[in-house]
Amino acid sequence: MEVLETQFGGSIVLSPSGRIDLTNAEAFKAILLRLVGVARSALILDLSEVDYISSAGLRSVMIASKAGKPNGVTVGIAAMRPVVREIFAISRFDLVFPCFESTRDALAKLAPDALEAFGSA
Amino acid sequence: MKVTFWGTRGSLPAPLSGRRVREKIVNALVKGADKGLDSIEKASRFCDEALSFAESSTFGGNSSCVQIDTGGAEYLLCDLGSGVREFSLAALAKHGPAQPQVYNILLSHVHWDHIMGFPFFVPAFIPGNRIRMHSCHPMVERAIRGQNSAPCFPVEYSYLAASIEFVHMEPGVAYEIAGAMVTGTAQVHGNDSYGYRIEKDGKTVVYSTDSEHKLENLDDTKKVVGLFRDADLVIFDAMYSLAEASSVKEDWGHSSNITGVELSQMAGVKHLCLFHHEPIHDDAKIESIYQETLRFEEITRTGEQLTVSSAYDGLVIEV
Repeated sequence: MEVLETQFGGSIVLSPSGRIDLTNAEAFKAILLRLVGVARSALILDLSEVDYISSAGLRSVMIASKAGKPNGVTVGIAAMRPVVREIFAISRFDLVFPCFESTRDALAKLAPDALEAFGSA
Repeated sequence: MKVTFWGTRGSLPAPLSGRRVREKIVNALVKGADKGLDSIEKASRFCDEALSFAESSTFGGNSSCVQIDTGGAEYLLCDLGSGVREFSLAALAKHGPAQPQVYNILLSHVHWDHIMGFPFFVPAFIPGNRIRMHSCHPMVERAIRGQNSAPCFPVEYSYLAASIEFVHMEPGVAYEIAGAMVTGTAQVHGNDSYGYRIEKDGKTVVYSTDSEHKLENLDDTKKVVGLFRDADLVIFDAMYSLAEASSVKEDWGHSSNITGVELSQMAGVKHLCLFHHEPIHDDAKIESIYQETLRFEEITRTGEQLTVSSAYDGLVIEV
């Protein structure tokens, strides 16, 4: 798994790639926890390059979301591939997290102040 | 071994309401209109071929009780939920009350839904029967005696005429019970619970209910994979969705269909049976969770296909 972090205003877009599973879920969780500590409004996970996410990966997202809430940070999910979208549906994570077709849609809803910076990137 | 499910609900029995029965009848009548269903045979075939399981039947509402026929003369049951009443009536119908039997009970733990059937376990009232309760859980005798006493139940424990023994098992030690070798493993659950690996003639059935799994806890995961390793059948607590088990119902001691598939794949299990169904789910919901689990197994399959089924009261699985 590789990750790319980009900051847009007070929000961060994290773009992992590859598989997120038991072999790297702890490293993924550590990244998420760091980012919900520094973001000011939203952490968007752009999953367009993620092939698969296991229960351990999903739990990392949940743990980070809980950690971010007291600081007003919302975790949003964007640009899922069809299989990942199915996993979110089967696990019901799509009922817990706001999910969007694109990163732009996610920022528009969760962090509109970041849209200008996103558009000029 | 032959595995018969007498009770498959978690937490609380969930009887099918009259309203739900009527919905099923109305749905079937509408779907069968103009199909010429003018005989029992035609109507039965229509139910089998044109209706889903949830439309034509029910997953049932009794709480946990599973019979494992090891081929010997003695009975082996896992847990004493409300389903044990149906089992005891079937056993009495088979043998009659005058034929003493040996009933071995494996108790996962003593939460109410897993022992609530015992006051209605008819063989306990019949002299000559032997009931042996095996468990790694240390509170079994206290819980069973306490349940059969005032003010919870009018028939005192001392009134029970069968011989009742309580046999403590050490986790990790194999015991011969009803002709099978049985090994218990501690699980993550409030007030503790134990899963059991039951081996006979090269076949393995694992009864693992009321157990929470967080796969990132690698020591726990390794232990569970060891319990499940190469099993022919794993009966698995799939009460919640993964999202529930990771959020509002985290640390409530139950698991999900997704975790069941992942652990079974890691352990090389052949057949995963979803069990301990959430009592607030109706038949359609349980069936849709089952269909989604089939799809998740397909998505995640890397080797041999894992067979997945969803337990219902009356299901029989040959191992």
